[in-house]
Amino acid sequence: MLKLEARPNPSKLWGFASPLLALVITVLIGTVIFMAMGKAPLTALSMFFWEPIKSSYALSELAVKATPLLIIALGLSVCFRSNVWNIGAEGQFVFGAICAAGVALMADATTSRWIVLAVLIAGVLGGMAWAGIAALLRDRFNANEILTSLMLVYIAVFLLTYLVSGPWKDPNGFNFPQSKTFEKVTQIPRLLDGTRMSIGLLIALAGVGALWVYLFRTFSGFQLQVGGLAPLAARYGGFSSRKALWTALMISGGAAGLAGALEVAGPVGQLTPYIPVGYGFAAIIVAFVGRLHPVGIVFAAILMSMFYIGGELAQSRLRLSKSLTGVLQGLLLFTLLACDTLIAYRVRWQR
Amino acid sequence: MLAPRLEIKHVTKRYPSVVANDDVSLLVAPGEIHAVLGENGAGKSTLMKIIYGATQPDAGEVWFDGQRAHIKNPQEARARGISMVFQHFSLFETLTVAENIWLGLDKSFSLTTVRERIAQKAVEYGLELEADRPVHSLSIGERQRVEIVRALLTDPKVLILDEPTSVLTPQAVERLFAVLRKLAATGCSILYISHKLDEIRSLCTACTVLRGGKVTGIVDPRAESNASLSRLMIGAEPPTLVHRDVVLGDVALTVRGLTLASDQPFGTALSDVSMQIRAGEIVGIAGVSGNGQQELLAVLSGESTRAPLGSVTLFGADVSQQNPRARRAQGLHFVPEERLGRGAVPSLSLAQNTLLTRAATLVGKPPVAWIAPPRTAAMASDIIARFSVKAGGAQASAKSLSGGNLQKYIVGREISAMPKVLVVAQPTWGVDVGAAAQIRAELLKLRDAGCALVVVSEELDELFELCDRLHVIAKGKLSPTIATRDASIEKIGEWMSGLWTPEVADAQA
Amino acid sequence: MNEIALLVAATFNAGTVLAIAALGLLINEKAGIVNLGAEGMMLCAAVAGFAAVVYTGNDWVGFLAGMGAGALMAAAFGVMVIWLNTNQYATGLALSLFGAGLSAFVGVGYVQAKLPPRGDYSIPFLSDIPFLGTALFKQHPLAYFALILMAAIVYFLFKSRAGLVLRSVGESPESAHALGYPVRRIRLLAVIFGGAMCGLAGAYLSVIYTPLWVQGMVAGKGWIALALTTFATWRPARVLLGAYLFGGVTMVQLALQSRGVAVSEQLLSMTPYIATIVVLALISRNPAWIRVNMPQSLGKPFYPGG
Repeated sequence: MLKLEARPNPSKLWGFASPLLALVITVLIGTVIFMAMGKAPLTALSMFFWEPIKSSYALSELAVKATPLLIIALGLSVCFRSNVWNIGAEGQFVFGAICAAGVALMADATTSRWIVLAVLIAGVLGGMAWAGIAALLRDRFNANEILTSLMLVYIAVFLLTYLVSGPWKDPNGFNFPQSKTFEKVTQIPRLLDGTRMSIGLLIALAGVGALWVYLFRTFSGFQLQVGGLAPLAARYGGFSSRKALWTALMISGGAAGLAGALEVAGPVGQLTPYIPVGYGFAAIIVAFVGRLHPVGIVFAAILMSMFYIGGELAQSRLRLSKSLTGVLQGLLLFTLLACDTLIAYRVRWQR
Repeated sequence: MLAPRLEIKHVTKRYPSVVANDDVSLLVAPGEIHAVLGENGAGKSTLMKIIYGATQPDAGEVWFDGQRAHIKNPQEARARGISMVFQHFSLFETLTVAENIWLGLDKSFSLTTVRERIAQKAVEYGLELEADRPVHSLSIGERQRVEIVRALLTDPKVLILDEPTSVLTPQAVERLFAVLRKLAATGCSILYISHKLDEIRSLCTACTVLRGGKVTGIVDPRAESNASLSRLMIGAEPPTLVHRDVVLGDVALTVRGLTLASDQPFGTALSDVSMQIRAGEIVGIAGVSGNGQQELLAVLSGESTRAPLGSVTLFGADVSQQNPRARRAQGLHFVPEERLGRGAVPSLSLAQNTLLTRAATLVGKPPVAWIAPPRTAAMASDIIARFSVKAGGAQASAKSLSGGNLQKYIVGREISAMPKVLVVAQPTWGVDVGAAAQIRAELLKLRDAGCALVVVSEELDELFELCDRLHVIAKGKLSPTIATRDASIEKIGEWMSGLWTPEVADAQA
Repeated sequence: MNEIALLVAATFNAGTVLAIAALGLLINEKAGIVNLGAEGMMLCAAVAGFAAVVYTGNDWVGFLAGMGAGALMAAAFGVMVIWLNTNQYATGLALSLFGAGLSAFVGVGYVQAKLPPRGDYSIPFLSDIPFLGTALFKQHPLAYFALILMAAIVYFLFKSRAGLVLRSVGESPESAHALGYPVRRIRLLAVIFGGAMCGLAGAYLSVIYTPLWVQGMVAGKGWIALALTTFATWRPARVLLGAYLFGGVTMVQLALQSRGVAVSEQLLSMTPYIATIVVLALISRNPAWIRVNMPQSLGKPFYPGG
């Protein structure tokens, strides 16, 4: 019989190897799915793992998708490290986008280029406010943040559809539920001509560095993590759990809102009901696959972005539903959690 | 002669990091009260788990009533007549006494029969229990009664008791011994696991001593002295402590008329607690666990900030509603009862764990309090060296240390902060004798240096050894203080039942 | 009058989905396991049930298929959290995300599919009673099953020895293990039961309630069911009551929409989610109250040491 035996110390090797093993298993299961659907597995796999990186343009598109995932996941890693289960980043993303759009819609042709900054700040504040509701409910009423943050996703999405089909509907939009296209000045500056990469990527990469410093070199970051690892030790140390709750939710809400602003004023350029595409949920997977570590999250975001692009390509070229992306993403998290067992335990064959 | 009731032959059990039992043999006759003596980590618990079927030996045999027995699980052990009373009770707080007992019995009984049989045993052994009370409303002593009645209802041939007296008042210990002697007289064998020498000598008729997983002696405890048993158990006589005269200083910590409901679901409310500790003395707080110790410690340390203003003062300043960090800044440090998960974060390194209580000297000032890993590592290394902690260096994780070494590290971390007041809970609980002696000596040294200490412990021996004055806590009330040299075990034992005023005595009767 | 009877009937119907799922989740929570995968299990079960009815034309095969799908997913979840010691929250979340993806992927082919004509479930005579007949006695049998399920769970948990063992496992798995109960097997069974009931609820949703398949159609009902166990402080009768209350909120909101109340339909659609938050906040306000009622080991891992 197979038996798990606790290791005296967690395995460093498996800390790195476990996400890779999980990826391999996910790919294997994916291959089985492709074959079951009557597709050549190699062709299908190349949609996910070769097409997104084969040209510089493809790479730039990969970065466009990876940016919001990266930003949201960085914020979520703070939450999960402090044992605050914010699973409503999607709602914070949407509300950030709504607030950013609110500012962007105020612009006209004469507005200064600095409006972009206001758009981004509005996004951050919007995300923070939305996460703040969950924080307040937890702090004041002890309401479980898992459930409240998730309910807030649905509310944010209804609010979005309300706005674009009501007050903010484009009068010249042939009755489509969407806002008018934002003025050119509100457009997030592009990094390179001919690509859709924006300065959002730079913000994300700066976030990676900032988060690393925060988590591993500041006392505030330390306190937050102790609260997650051992709440009684945090209380013993005199670290405020309320402060940790608010900090974690403000950082992750702000990050998700920023991603929403970058998305709505970046590649999309108007407010539509199709703003929520599940980045907020996928970022949960990114955060875990990246080991809640800022650098790991970069790789995980790229991987998850490949899943998105691969799914779209598989739909257009192989007539596979693009919801395959969701299947593979879910599988990856599932297998990762299983593989992570190997960090703390070794498998022994007994009798 | 009868066949032995239970015979263990050459049992060996290995765990990844330790050999818990190394060629251990044990012979128990019917009706015998047989002690298994050894200090923490000697392998007593592993041996009992093997007998009770909770784990399997790697080598060796278990014989029961003259036949080889393969006991695969606790149900099978119970079916054969082997019962166990656990040190940490295996009770369910929200269930009633009868339900708890029912869960430990075979399916064949109905709840009604169980109630009747509880009443029967209660009369037979003088173990009164109210069958329909939920367990969380019972005292520790009553809970142990539940465990014992549960064991008795299986009509055991062997009853195993794991450190049963560590939570009892001295008077309750006597009552327990009476029950055990009565049971043994009916032919039931009793395996009595303990590290308390006096108890073993007064109760048991045979004794197997374990040290480091090996048997170091099989003796008749009635013919031994504490010193000779101690030599078998730890290989040496217990070290003695040097106690200097008290040099009292200023009033350090005061609690005044504190009444406070518990914030825990089944906690104990504090009721009109007053005490005063001066620099240069150690004040002990005795009591059976669950009588308000947790609540009092939380109020003293600042883990709870719910105390009314003015109820806790530190060198004259009101600290009632200050958190532990603020109190630490004024010189009050605290060593909690749980080491892993409270006194230290298990998965973090010893270096990182310094930040838990020593941040004031380690991190920069706001706006950004930076962490400098070399400084935390240096502090951890200092503590490791100064208090001879056995650890794989400053970067070893807290959970990689043994209980004794982690406790030395935590106590060392607080002592090296040069506190003016130190509150310590269960300083040597589950710690081996060597480390315990070292920790006690360090606490005394701190006292001599002019620190005010509060020690909360369930071990009366320890309190008598360490403290200058004693209080007793019972049902959330604090007794008057008594100088240790004027106190006796009997008197403190009475106080532990709350019997220090006539008024309470009436309520008890 | 008839309008109110119809509203009661619709509430009963809508509450049934939540009630069955939440009663199932109650069992695994009583054993100490939180399964945040409820939403994902319900989604997959909704597709499985719907597809089974499309192929066989038999609703009951659909329910079985839904229960099977839910039980299977719950079993995978259970093995992971119980034997591999993975974090319950993260694993449940993974199950929800995976279930959302899988149901969308598998469900593509069924988006336009139609079920055979739905039957009339009126109970003879009783359904002819004025008002009450319309309000209560024209429901699908599963709506009454929810009531029976509640009664059965009350009996099981509080009157039977097996239920006592289940509660003891959720209370203190360490103690139950010390007494020799197979804690992990008991927990797995409880988790599978929870999954099967979520599956039944999902299949009821797509086969009877809607009846059609749309991507993401569970629309948070799995999460609301999870919230319901907390609202009800883990008491079966209150779970049922809460389920009908939420069914009612949904239905009143829909009724208002159809009457063309001067509030946007999107804003009205938020009400069940807002209601969930509000009730959750009100009930959780007293932490002691929650902690006393909550199974003491809920969400905590248990690994029997060697």
